Amino acid sequence: MTFLELKDLRIHFPSDDGLVKSVDGLSFRLERGKTLGIVGESGSGKSVTSLGILGLHKGGRAKISGEIWLDGEELVSASAEHVRTLRGKKMAMIFQDPLSAMHPFYTVGAQIMEAYRIHHDVSKKVARKHAIEMLDRVGIPQPDRRVDSYPHEFSGGMRQRAMIAMALSCDPELLIADEPTTALDVTVQAQILDLMRDLQRDFNAALIVITHDLGVVAELSDDILVMYAGKAIEYGTAEDIFERPEHPYTWGLLGSMPRLDRERTERLLPIKGSPPSLINVPPGCAFHPRCTFADRTGGRSTSEVPELLESEGGHLVRCHLSRDVRRTAWENEIKPNLEAS
Amino acid sequence: MVTYIIRRLIWAAVMLTIVSIITFAIFFLVPRLAGATPESLAARYVGRTANAEQVQIAAEKLGFNDPLVVQYGRFAKGIVAGADYDYGPGVEHCPAPCFGYSFLTRLPVWPDLLDRLPVTMSLAFGAAIIWVLAGVATGVVSALKRGSFFDRAAMTIALGGVSLPIFFTGIVSMVVFSYGNPFSITAPGGSYTPLLDDPVAWAYSLVLPWVTLAFLYAAGYARLTRAGMLETMNEDYIRTARAKGLAERTVVLKHGLRGALTPLVTIFGLDVGLLLGGAVLTESTYSLPGMGKYAIDAITNQDLPKVMGVVLFAAFFVVVANLIVDLLYAVVDPRVRLA
Repeated sequence: MTFLELKDLRIHFPSDDGLVKSVDGLSFRLERGKTLGIVGESGSGKSVTSLGILGLHKGGRAKISGEIWLDGEELVSASAEHVRTLRGKKMAMIFQDPLSAMHPFYTVGAQIMEAYRIHHDVSKKVARKHAIEMLDRVGIPQPDRRVDSYPHEFSGGMRQRAMIAMALSCDPELLIADEPTTALDVTVQAQILDLMRDLQRDFNAALIVITHDLGVVAELSDDILVMYAGKAIEYGTAEDIFERPEHPYTWGLLGSMPRLDRERTERLLPIKGSPPSLINVPPGCAFHPRCTFADRTGGRSTSEVPELLESEGGHLVRCHLSRDVRRTAWENEIKPNLEAS
Repeated sequence: MVTYIIRRLIWAAVMLTIVSIITFAIFFLVPRLAGATPESLAARYVGRTANAEQVQIAAEKLGFNDPLVVQYGRFAKGIVAGADYDYGPGVEHCPAPCFGYSFLTRLPVWPDLLDRLPVTMSLAFGAAIIWVLAGVATGVVSALKRGSFFDRAAMTIALGGVSLPIFFTGIVSMVVFSYGNPFSITAPGGSYTPLLDDPVAWAYSLVLPWVTLAFLYAAGYARLTRAGMLETMNEDYIRTARAKGLAERTVVLKHGLRGALTPLVTIFGLDVGLLLGGAVLTESTYSLPGMGKYAIDAITNQDLPKVMGVVLFAAFFVVVANLIVDLLYAVVDPRVRLA
């Protein structure tokens, strides 16, 4: 049985201007001990998906359909109260900016203890000891002293470590990290990524890393899901995505990634335009207005929504271009540009 | 922290000195600028039957012929160390803090103020408890159910609350709720009874003023709490609290309300400090013998020493409240470092 499986998940928000289709038919699977990277620009539906898995849209204005199976339980139809008991214990989340994600008026220790005591009926003393252990585990020096510090007294990297300690305090089986390193210095980023990889191995948790930074997913992920306008547009192993990407949007993402091994005079190859409005998603392929290959589909990309189809061995692509056209384009037009030096 | 407190205490003393100078100037410098002579000032002390010679003597004895600085020095010394009044046949000692004697009753002002203080404190603290509970609860529910019928109704009533003056709501409340009326909730008599004499009668005598005064403030607190909660409930740390699996109630009260509390603490301290100097309108409307009523009576009778006493006493509470608020700020928000 698959540990986590999303089937055709849709999360739509009614607004004054129309229905915002933040997540529109998303499916994927994830096993214990594996890491899935979800990549996309702002507004592609990454964060909404993760909050949806945690059940944090329940009771709000969101309209949710589809299925989320976690360890044999369906969560979309489950009661909000039941999903709440799973939150923090079975599944936990690491947020982007630990300064704003931690309560400024409570000590770091108190916040970790709180997370632990929701799901464990223990005394404050025991919880405190556990909090100190967790801080120690994530590499915070002098944890017995730092446990009484406030978040603003920590450095950015320390705060993110504390955030991770809080998320891991109940030994979750599914860990979702939403942009875990975006707010951090580059040197600290590497440390946090190392830490997360080590902890995931120790805890044997399933890990979802949400980011717009391909470097982060390259570092951590087994599988990668590329999202655009609420839909998966490419899915495959890390090797698939980095060695033989097939979607023009993924090519664009790779081209936008600064690399040291490229000449400085060389321009980045950014994707033109900006992500579409999720209320008025362009007809046909949502990416076509920004796609430099749209004219090679014989007009289908403006009229027909492409299906997410298997290209080869579990590598899924949502594109009207034929597989041969995509491969040729990648080999001859894109890859040489990316590697040019 | 200790140096901070000491510095703030010195600052408080400076503030009070400035207030006393301004008060003194208003009552002694301004009349002189407007043409009053030492004699015309002294005339207020000696009564209407005194002849010109007696007024002269009084002006001399009261020191109205001295330079203003000397007069202020004497006034300030009276407050700090007490004063001796030479009224001819003998010398009357007025112990510190001496605000002088009432023109009308010939009694020293300070014991009067101490008499009035418990009434005002009863009114202010009782009302404060009601308005904080009612205002904050309304604000929280309004914020959580934003746009609902409750929210709109509460905010409309709150708008009324901040807009309607006490002398209107107070009189309406008396017409509707006081003894003998259809919805009576007060006991007969209705005059103020000290708490220690009879707690039940005390509460009965204050229930209408409490509610009326609290209504005015609760309205503002509800709006403030609502605005604060709307802001904090959108904070990232609220999402974190939910992601931990906390029950919504804990998320709202422990994380949301806690985050919205800081401005409330500030306003609360200042409001209570201000009220301790006398809730003038409420006390007048309900004829409560508190500081506010005392001030109004003193002003109506042009009883100068009383007015000055109340003004300085009220200023003292405001300054102390400010000090407490500043110290409390560091407790409420650990990010504030006092130095």
